[in-house]
Amino acid sequence: MAKTLLDKIWAAHVVKSIPGGGLDVFYIDRHLIHEVTSPQAFDEIEHRSLPLFRKEQIVATADHNVPTKNQHLPIEEPLSRFQVDKLTENCAKHNIELYGLGHENQGIVHVMGPELGITQPGMTIVCGDSHTSTHGAFGAIAFGIGTSQVAQVMASQCLLLSKPKSMRITVEGEVRNGVSAKDVILYVISKLGTGGATGYFVEYAGSAFRALSMEGRMTVCNMSIEMGARGGMIAPDQTTFEYLKGRQFAPQGERWEQAVAYWTTLYTDEDATFDKEFFFDAQEIAPMITFGTNPGMGMAINEVIPTDVPASEVASYNKSLNYMGFQPGESLLGKEIQYVFIGSCTNSRIEDLRQVAKFVKGKHKAPHVEAIIVPGSKHVEKQAIEEGIDKVLAEAGFELREPGCSACLAMNEDKIPAGAYCVSTSNRNFEGRQGPGSRTLLASPLVAAITAVEGKIVDITQYLN
Amino acid sequence: MEKFEVLQSTAVPLPIENIDTDQIIPARFLKATSREGFGGNLFRDWRFDNAGQPKADFVLNNSLYSGQILVAGKNFGCGSSREHAAWAIYDAGFKVVISSFFADIFKGNALNNGLLPLQVSDEVLARLLGQIEEDPQTTLVVDLVKQELQVPAWEEKISFEIDAYKKECLINGYDDIDYLVNQKDAIEQYEKSRPWAY
Repeated sequence: MAKTLLDKIWAAHVVKSIPGGGLDVFYIDRHLIHEVTSPQAFDEIEHRSLPLFRKEQIVATADHNVPTKNQHLPIEEPLSRFQVDKLTENCAKHNIELYGLGHENQGIVHVMGPELGITQPGMTIVCGDSHTSTHGAFGAIAFGIGTSQVAQVMASQCLLLSKPKSMRITVEGEVRNGVSAKDVILYVISKLGTGGATGYFVEYAGSAFRALSMEGRMTVCNMSIEMGARGGMIAPDQTTFEYLKGRQFAPQGERWEQAVAYWTTLYTDEDATFDKEFFFDAQEIAPMITFGTNPGMGMAINEVIPTDVPASEVASYNKSLNYMGFQPGESLLGKEIQYVFIGSCTNSRIEDLRQVAKFVKGKHKAPHVEAIIVPGSKHVEKQAIEEGIDKVLAEAGFELREPGCSACLAMNEDKIPAGAYCVSTSNRNFEGRQGPGSRTLLASPLVAAITAVEGKIVDITQYLN
Repeated sequence: MEKFEVLQSTAVPLPIENIDTDQIIPARFLKATSREGFGGNLFRDWRFDNAGQPKADFVLNNSLYSGQILVAGKNFGCGSSREHAAWAIYDAGFKVVISSFFADIFKGNALNNGLLPLQVSDEVLARLLGQIEEDPQTTLVVDLVKQELQVPAWEEKISFEIDAYKKECLINGYDDIDYLVNQKDAIEQYEKSRPWAY
């Protein structure tokens, strides 16, 4: 029978199926952990006197709660320091590989894993973080889990799961100038809505995704959860193999050849069927921006805020626009912006920084805008410095910080003040996400860079060509 | 995990759609390293103003409503995977959340903590919200064993779906971890059968 990519990888990880129900004992190849969602899991296994089943399949990093300035100094905020210290202590006690502050491999967990070659095609990867879907860009089944499940994987390297339904989202054609991977996924989410893929695992297919770099594919898969999908994936191909080859944890030598031979079998068979399919034309996609308080509330940057909302959703829609200070039917062009945040597991990779640097070179941010760029990892930061990106950014008035999740979720000091507008390359525009009362507009790195220079939302097409 | 069979309680209505886990428990309160104490910050920024004073217009501050059942708009619990959201709801005294649609990860997290995510149709949800707002003293009966929701003013009982295994876990207070740890032999056997694992 013809199989989907999801079918193939899922079947390869079923230890056993529980009779009578839809649940499988499902094996996990790689478990990534960070300081925020792991301490209660360590407590649980210790409380139950359970050993770690496969500690060598766990990799830890500190990212959510770390400052992005002066990382060489002790963390000032006591609760953050305690939580990061707890991770260090737990990893030392259980002999888990930790890329903590100061380590050359430290970074946002979903930037760190792929760039070190820990993430590979055909794997199952989990982390106590919903953006674990990022790793699906390599043709892996990767998804976020809760802390109880973190403890389960620690204790058994398995989870009890029912197989999600399958969805394929196909985007064919070449995207227009100025349209990036971020615009493509914001467009898709605006069409499906914030819960449109709940219960499904998504495969992205078609020439528009094939043409993307691994960085772009990670941006797409990263935001799968923003339409409710458990995960998103893209079949591995030459782009994937070239990205992985030679990375620290990628297979080497003969094992590399064997791995590629296996990875090449990981695609959806021609006759395979999905529970749901969507098709979009890449030419229809314009640079995007969000106007509301969930990532499904997005539109082309030069459109007006939609007015055609179903009656049952009007109250929530108006609550959202009221929070943002916008009106239905309004254009965002010309809106003054106070903050620009470029970073997060969605858009903090070297390609994102290069794109920003290329645009801002020789320009300067608007005087009233605070623009911060937070690289996804120490490796990204190092590469940016080697390429002179740091100097270009500094001359343009952008502040290049040290790696971490930063203002994406504002657990550290990097917060957007109440009422202020921030154009952000992150993944969520929820109320207060970037600090209590903050107002977030999600966009691509290019739109963010242009906004910082203009000091307001503009139709970016004037800058293209 | 506490056992759950039948719950009889009044309910708190929260008719907002797409309630994300950042609203349920904002990220700045995720710095704690234990599972306890999150209830005080449940819906923090909807419930309290910047000075920490209760906002009169939020339902949890309205003395008309109380109970162990939260009735919320569709797509409840979307966004971040933080289990702290389920902990906060449970810690604040709720045992059941009723909605017409739940985000996947939240649903799993709730079940792993003895918090029942009870899914009803959009129509039933709308009726239920209307009923509670009309009579805040409406007492609901959630019978997990029979998989039924009873509303005294209604003639019919509303049946709901739940995975058979998860139902057993809730009724008996079992965790997945107990089951998985007992599968060690099968898991080790499986690991040996993977020549393609690099």
